[in-house]
Amino acid sequence: MERRRAIYEKDLNLEATELRLGLPGLDESEKQSSTSNSAKNSKKRPSSEMDDNNSSCVTENEQQEYAAPAPKAQVVGWPPVRSYRKNIVQAKKPESDTSSGMYLKVSMDGAPYLRKIDLKIYKSYPELLKALQNMFKCTIGVYSEREGYNGSNYAPTYEDKDGDWMLVGDVPWEMFINSCRRLRIMKGSEAKGLACL
Amino acid sequence: MNPTLKKPRESVNLSELTQSTFPDEVLEKVLSLVQSHKDRNSASLVCKDWYNAERWTRTKLFIGNCYSVSPEIVARRFPKIKSVTLKGKPRFSDFNLVPENWGADIQAWLDVFAKVYPFLEELRLKRMAVSDESLEFLAKSFHGFKVLSLLSCDGFSTDGISSIAAHCKSLTELDIQENGMDDISGSWLSCFPDDFASLEVLNFASLNSEISIDALERLVSRCKSLRVLKVNRNVTLSQLQRLLVRAPQLIELGTGCFLPDLTSRQYAELESAFSNCKNLHTISGLWEATYRYLPVLYAACASLTFLNLSYATIRSGEFSKLLTHCPSLRRLWVLDTVKDEGLEAVGTSCPLLEELRVFPADPFEEDIVHGVTESGFVAVSAGCPKLQYVLYFCRQMTNAAVATIVRNCPDFTHFRLCIMNPGQPDYMTNEPMDEAFGAVVKTCKKLQRLSVSGLLTDLTFEYIGRYAKNLETLSVAFAGRSDWGMQCVLEGCSKLRKLEIRDCPFGNAALLSGLEKYESMRCLWMSACSVTMNGCRLLAQERPRLNVEVIKDENSDDSADKLYVYRSVAGPRRDAPPFVVTL
Repeated sequence: MERRRAIYEKDLNLEATELRLGLPGLDESEKQSSTSNSAKNSKKRPSSEMDDNNSSCVTENEQQEYAAPAPKAQVVGWPPVRSYRKNIVQAKKPESDTSSGMYLKVSMDGAPYLRKIDLKIYKSYPELLKALQNMFKCTIGVYSEREGYNGSNYAPTYEDKDGDWMLVGDVPWEMFINSCRRLRIMKGSEAKGLACL
Repeated sequence: MNPTLKKPRESVNLSELTQSTFPDEVLEKVLSLVQSHKDRNSASLVCKDWYNAERWTRTKLFIGNCYSVSPEIVARRFPKIKSVTLKGKPRFSDFNLVPENWGADIQAWLDVFAKVYPFLEELRLKRMAVSDESLEFLAKSFHGFKVLSLLSCDGFSTDGISSIAAHCKSLTELDIQENGMDDISGSWLSCFPDDFASLEVLNFASLNSEISIDALERLVSRCKSLRVLKVNRNVTLSQLQRLLVRAPQLIELGTGCFLPDLTSRQYAELESAFSNCKNLHTISGLWEATYRYLPVLYAACASLTFLNLSYATIRSGEFSKLLTHCPSLRRLWVLDTVKDEGLEAVGTSCPLLEELRVFPADPFEEDIVHGVTESGFVAVSAGCPKLQYVLYFCRQMTNAAVATIVRNCPDFTHFRLCIMNPGQPDYMTNEPMDEAFGAVVKTCKKLQRLSVSGLLTDLTFEYIGRYAKNLETLSVAFAGRSDWGMQCVLEGCSKLRKLEIRDCPFGNAALLSGLEKYESMRCLWMSACSVTMNGCRLLAQERPRLNVEVIKDENSDDSADKLYVYRSVAGPRRDAPPFVVTL
C-alpha cells in the first residue's frame, strides 16, 4: 500500500486520464474528492474524532470532508441514478409557474439591439429557427449533424449552463431548452467556422 | 429415458414407499409443480433420479449472469425450456462504469435457442446487448413467442420492435423499459396486424417518439385481455380518456402527459373514465402532473397498491391530498420534490406501506439545498411500520435518525440509502455514519440487500460482517479505511452473493481474503480501488473456476482499475472485447 500511495503522489498526470465531467483545469487543491480516484487522495481529515483502532491502516485515504463546496468535479456514475432516469428528470424542471415563459436574450451580430424570445412557445428546432429567421430577416438554413448550417452566412448558437457556446441543433430539444441561457446568431466568417464543423 | 427405477436415496418418512418403486412419472409430476428455480436447483442435487426428473420438467430458466454458463451447456441439460430470464452486464453499467461493447450479446443465445427450443415463449432480458437483427431473428424463429421484456438493455432501435410487432402473432407481453435504444419513430405500434388481439401487457412508457393514437386505440379495443397499459408522454389526457373507456379492465396503467389541456367537459369525461376502472392497482407515468389534474385519479385510487410518481415533479401540497385517497398503498415511488412535508403525509396516510423509493429530481445540482432530509425518512418510518424496502436519496442524514428509523421498522429486507455527497458525515455530529448502518444490521435481521453511503470507516464493515447474516447483496462506494473492512464482510456474511464496490481503499489483501468465498457468490465488482494486476493474477491462478476480468484505464501502471470476478462453468469468455483482460 505504501508503494501505491507513493506512485500516486508522484504521478501528477493521472488527472489527465481520469474520466470525469467538470471544468477542465481545476486545481487539485480545490478539488474536493469526487473523482474516480478519490480513494487515493491523501488528504488528512483535520478533526481527529476517528479512533485509531485500525492501526493496520496504512493508507491515509480519507474520505473528503463535507465542506462548503468549491465547484466540484462531477464523479462518473454518481449519484447512482440510471442514465434513463437522469435524462428524463433533466428534461423537467420543478415547475414554478407554468404561465410564465422562458424568456431569453437573442443577439444578432451587427444588430444594434438585442431581442427577447419565449422559448416555451416553441416545440422543436424548426419552429425556433423559423421564428429567428423571421425576427432578424435572415436565412439560417437547415441543420445537419455533420455540416452544421453549411451554406448559410449565419449560425445560431447558444450559451449553455456551463458557459460554453454551442451550435443550436446538436442536442435533443428537451435538453436544449433546459440548458440554453441565451442565443446568439453569429454572422460571417465566424459563422462559417462553426457552420462547417 | 427410462433408467432402471430405483428408490430415491432419501426415503423421507415415506415408509410405505420404501418397498415400492417411485416411478419417474410421479416424480416428474410432482417436480413439475415446483416453480421456484432455487427449489429446483436444490431438488436436482438430491440424487441422479431427481436430477433427471428435474431437468426434464424445468420449463423456466433463470440465469443471473449470462457468462456463468454457456447456451450449449444449458441446451444439453434442459430440453424443455419455454421461458428464459437472462441478465448480462454488471449492475454498475447502469451508471456508465462499463465501457460500450463489453459483451452480453443475446445473439449467441438465440442461435442455440432457435435450434433447441423452437417453442420458446418468453424472453426477459436485463442489461443485455440486443440488436435489431437479433430482434428480427427472434420474431421469425419462434412461432409461438409470447412475452418479450427488455430492461436496461442497449443496442437496438424501434425498428427491432417493429419486427416483433409484425411477426409475433401470439404476443401477449411487450415490455420495453429504460433501455439505451434508438428511438427512431413510433411506427412500430402500427406494425401489429389488424387482426392481432392477444396483447395483455404493453409498456412503451420509456419510448419517446410519437405513435399513432388511432392505431393504439384500435389495438386497445381489440385486445380484450389487456391488463397492463403504459403509454409514453406523448399521449395527452384527452387521448388517455379514449383509451380508458376502451379498457376499463386495466390493472396497471401508465398515463401519458398530464399537462392541462382539457375543457371542463373533457375533464368530467376523464374523471368518469377513471372511476370506471375498478381494477386499477398500479398507476405510473403522470408526467407534468400538477394539482389541477391529479384529482381525476381520486376515484381510481381506492384499491391502488402501487403509485409510481417518479416522473412527476409534484409538490407536497397536491401530493398529500392525493395520498389521502390511497389508503391501500403498499409501494410508492416518488421524486424528492415532495420534500419532507410530503413524506410526513405518507406516514399519515399510508399505514400499509411496504416499499418506498425517493428519487432525486436534481441529482447534480449542489448549489441549492433541496429535496428530502432525514426527517422525512423518520416521518415515514413512524407511520409505516411495515416498511421492508427503501431506496432513499438525500443530501443529509444523521446516525440518530437511522437508528430511530430501524427501531420503527425492524423488518427491512432492502435498505438502500444514498447520501449524495460522497463521504459525507453525520451533518449534526460530524461523525462517520458507522453507527447508522450498525443500527441497520443489528436490528434488521432479515436484511438481504444493503447499499451504504456517507463517511464510513472500517467499523461499518465490522458491523456488517458481524450482524448481517442474511445479507445477499452489498453496494459500497467511497467508504472504508483499509483492507480490514472488506475482509470483515467477506468473512462474516455467509450468504453474500453480490458485492459491488467503487472508490474504496481496498487492495489485494482484501481481495485475496475472499479466495474461499467467490465461488459461492454470483459476482464481485471492484472499481477505482487499490487492487493491482498482480493481485488479480494471483486470484485467477488460485481459483481457475472463476473468471477474473480487468478493464484498465489508459495509464500504464499496475492498478486493476475495474475488476469483475464471477464463477462460471463455461470457462473464460470467448467474446471479450480487447479492453477486457481475462486473467
